[in-house]
Amino acid sequence: MQLDLLVTKFQDKDEKAFETLYNMYSDSMHGVIYNIVRDHDIAQEVMQDVFIKAWNNASTYSSKKGRFFTWILNIARNAAIDQTRSKNFKKAKQNLNSDFFVDIIESNESLDNQTDAIGIKGFVSKLAAKCKEVIELLYFKGYTQKEASETLEMPIGTIKTRNRKCISELRNMLEV
Amino acid sequence: MDIKEYIASGILELYVAGTLSEEESKEVYRLTLKHPEVLDEVLKIEAAIIKLTAAASPSDSKLLYPSIKEKITTDTTKVIPLDTKPNKQWFTYVSWAASIVFAAGFLWFANDNSQLKEQIRIADIDKELLEVQIEKGNSSLTEAKKLISVLRDKDIIAVPLAGQAVAPEAYAKVFWDKKSNSIVLDVQGLPEPPKGKVYQVWSLKLNPLTPTSLGVIADFSTDENKLFTIENANASEAFGITLEPEGGSESPTLEQLYTLGAVASTP
Repeated sequence: MQLDLLVTKFQDKDEKAFETLYNMYSDSMHGVIYNIVRDHDIAQEVMQDVFIKAWNNASTYSSKKGRFFTWILNIARNAAIDQTRSKNFKKAKQNLNSDFFVDIIESNESLDNQTDAIGIKGFVSKLAAKCKEVIELLYFKGYTQKEASETLEMPIGTIKTRNRKCISELRNMLEV
Repeated sequence: MDIKEYIASGILELYVAGTLSEEESKEVYRLTLKHPEVLDEVLKIEAAIIKLTAAASPSDSKLLYPSIKEKITTDTTKVIPLDTKPNKQWFTYVSWAASIVFAAGFLWFANDNSQLKEQIRIADIDKELLEVQIEKGNSSLTEAKKLISVLRDKDIIAVPLAGQAVAPEAYAKVFWDKKSNSIVLDVQGLPEPPKGKVYQVWSLKLNPLTPTSLGVIADFSTDENKLFTIENANASEAFGITLEPEGGSESPTLEQLYTLGAVASTP
């Protein structure tokens, strides 16, 4: 309920509501964007673009179409992927490594101060390779179920059930 | 739908990931409103994903907010003049579209209106025709009622007039009400008189044969019931109907006697 109210206020261009929403999702978006662009400065630029875009296009969001988190996640992934397609980016990041989010989390020093940090590090290090891939593609890269099934050469249905299992493990560990 | 099975299918995880089609997402949204356990599951999945993705954040993102805030607050003031042009264009298109829609609607209404007027006019004509028919019906009914009352009256003498040589098929009836000195003449059985001719009604005394004209039936063709009420103060012994030139004759043309009948002598 409270989220709905915040979103409505945000859509009415309430700056306070926007800041609250920013604080709820900014780390998450930052992680997703950084995982795609792998550059601190570029990630910060994209972060700005994403939230300004969200502010300017607030009216296009509708709870009927999906979660507010999912809406902003889509904007973030698309903006980051667009960034990797730009000419400047390709020159600067010729040797972009293809590591998964797992590596970032495992080596993330700023995480140590956060709650759940130890748990998450432990979780991702124990995560099965197939789980890492599925989570990477569906949440961090925004692949569709079909794209993921083609990339991982798995039946579509398997993607769905495997993902469910992986997320369940994550939830057990985070106790949510 | 088995909600537990639905949740276990993994669709809600895909919903949060944003990989479902718009239709599927709407369906999930609908179910979150209907089943609290679905909403609860979605919120938990989302919370887990937010924590997982946030763990990949390379620095404290809150520090980035001031620069974003600056952009959105300056943007709202700066953007307005820049926006006018496309806005105007947009407005022009919309106004054109609106005018076309309005004009089409107006034409449609105008056309519809004239059709309605025409329908009302036709309905009015129909109404007038019906009124005439009712009027006719009413007068027929009055005539018919009169005939019934005449037939039922014990004082009325019914005199059948039989067809004569000129028109053996013809027949007529006289209902004579002696009290009111009038007869009701039923000429349903007479043929239509030829043009320029009329039927003339005669009261007859038989010995010696003395005809007295009771008048001509001028509106034979137009009267539907073929019932005519005629004054008759004579001590009639018989009634006859002849065909005469328009306006009638002084004395009956016996060659053109259509029907004739004698009054039954009252005992």
